[in-house]
Amino acid sequence: MTALAAAPLAIRAPLARERLSRRRRWTEKVAAASLGVACLAALLPLGSLIWTVLSRGLARLDTTFFTQSLRGVVGAGGGALHAIVGTALITVLTALIAVPVGLLTAVYLVEYGRGWFPRAVTFLVDVMTGLPSIVAGLFAYAVFSLILGPGARSGLAGAVALSLLMTPVVVKAGEEMLRLVPTDLREAALGLGAPTYRVVLKVVLPTARSGLISAVMLGLARIVGETAPLLLVAGFTDSMNYDPLHNRMATLPVYIYSQWQNKGTDAAAYDARAWTAALVLIVFVLAIHLLARLAGRLLAPKTR
Amino acid sequence: MTQQPLTLEQLEPLELQAPVVAPRRPSPAPTATPPLRMTDFSASYAGRPAVAGVTLDIPAQSVTAFIGPSGCGKSTLLRSINRLHETIPQATTAGRIELHGEDVYGPGVDPVVVRQRVGMVFQRANPFPAMSIRDNVLAGAKLRRQRLSKTAAAELAESALRAANLWDEVKDRLRQPGAGLSGGQQQRLCIARAIAAQPEIILMDEPCSALDPISTLAIEELMATLRRDYTVVIVTHNMQQAARISDQTAFFSASALRQPGRLIEYDDTTTVFSHPGEQATADYIAGRFG
Repeated sequence: MTALAAAPLAIRAPLARERLSRRRRWTEKVAAASLGVACLAALLPLGSLIWTVLSRGLARLDTTFFTQSLRGVVGAGGGALHAIVGTALITVLTALIAVPVGLLTAVYLVEYGRGWFPRAVTFLVDVMTGLPSIVAGLFAYAVFSLILGPGARSGLAGAVALSLLMTPVVVKAGEEMLRLVPTDLREAALGLGAPTYRVVLKVVLPTARSGLISAVMLGLARIVGETAPLLLVAGFTDSMNYDPLHNRMATLPVYIYSQWQNKGTDAAAYDARAWTAALVLIVFVLAIHLLARLAGRLLAPKTR
Repeated sequence: MTQQPLTLEQLEPLELQAPVVAPRRPSPAPTATPPLRMTDFSASYAGRPAVAGVTLDIPAQSVTAFIGPSGCGKSTLLRSINRLHETIPQATTAGRIELHGEDVYGPGVDPVVVRQRVGMVFQRANPFPAMSIRDNVLAGAKLRRQRLSKTAAAELAESALRAANLWDEVKDRLRQPGAGLSGGQQQRLCIARAIAAQPEIILMDEPCSALDPISTLAIEELMATLRRDYTVVIVTHNMQQAARISDQTAFFSASALRQPGRLIEYDDTTTVFSHPGEQATADYIAGRFG
């Protein structure tokens, strides 16, 4: 302690060191500027994208777009109701498959898993995270062709393909959220004489509730924009289809693709519909994110 | 020493010969079946023993302090009593710990039942963040699926909070989250939670080490009343605290780094602090090591 008490006068540096300070100031400025440029570079495409989609998509953002399908429409007019309904149905079905499987797997990995099996599961989930979506589509196509005959297409097949993509996201994110629950709380609950399943149900899950909802929303955001597997197994149609078990079912991403790909005589009308559908899809994804934020805030454990 | 010893001494002048909490009891006389008896007990982490060969009897309705330098296994020993030690992967135990004559590590013993009879208060206050103050107190019943009538629940919550000296501070905000309380209040909430679970024995793992001197004093006073109804075992780094609040003191120490901790001396607190039988105990109490 005594050695630090007072430095000898000789080595005390003067407070003002012109040259070094100037160099530091410049380094600081250059660093701040390059960080700013990087941020702009990241935001520029996004801004341009939003601008383009808005400016071209607003033209057809009318009631017809939300109240009619494309049945019998040649050229201008028509809507995307069938695709909006299809996206909603397939998203809900996908969530019904992927959320229970994903969350239960996450609970197993964090709360119960011991030994080689959970490690194997973790590895496979990591592999699944990188699964190309077209492969998921081919898998669902193969499964449904084997069961229902070749070329069978349905909304359910699309949901199965998408749940293959959503489940690993939910598992990974859910696992992270459950690991954030302090061990202290588990020990407190165990110390009160609670069986493990009660600890999970009454302490771990409520504490992680908002995080788990975010995990689910992350998974949903991952799949609502998927195109390739749906193109393959849900197909495309111009008509309404409320039955996910039979026949082709349109979805927004596939709608966008088909409008752009198969322009009829009035090409501009097809383009306009594609842009509007893109706008609706972006708003859809944004709404999911906002809902996740809101749910997270409302359900987070309160401190006062 | 874990916390401001100076301030504590100002609050309560240190007198090793006569611990403040009255009344004195005779030396721990071995009864037929003490509430807690350890026989040649050892606990390890992944094959590395943390504490070994402990044999001691803990008498009913008293406060027993486990003291000793860091890493001597006293917390591990405490966590073995309610079988919480084994929740850590690769943790193992050997020997016996008897709860009223029944081996808690015996065949067919459900650790869940052991933990229902042996409550625990942890180093860091850990109220459940997703529960209100009231639900925190009643968590034991809730977690064990015990059904309580509304009045029984209200009575249990009140009596436990009164026993933990917290009732007057929280009675108007029982529905508010437990995390909104101060650190000392949270720790007393955790004590109330342990009491409401109606255990026979309460284990406390350095319950004051994260608290300020005022809250520490509140909890020490609380322990003086708890010993009327419960058998309390407390791990503490604070020797003045052990001297103030305990009836018996067990001193643990390891012979060298990476060696398991062993029970060096176990006796009446007055004896341990005034006439320690072992040189190591005397050195530790005098502050010469640890």
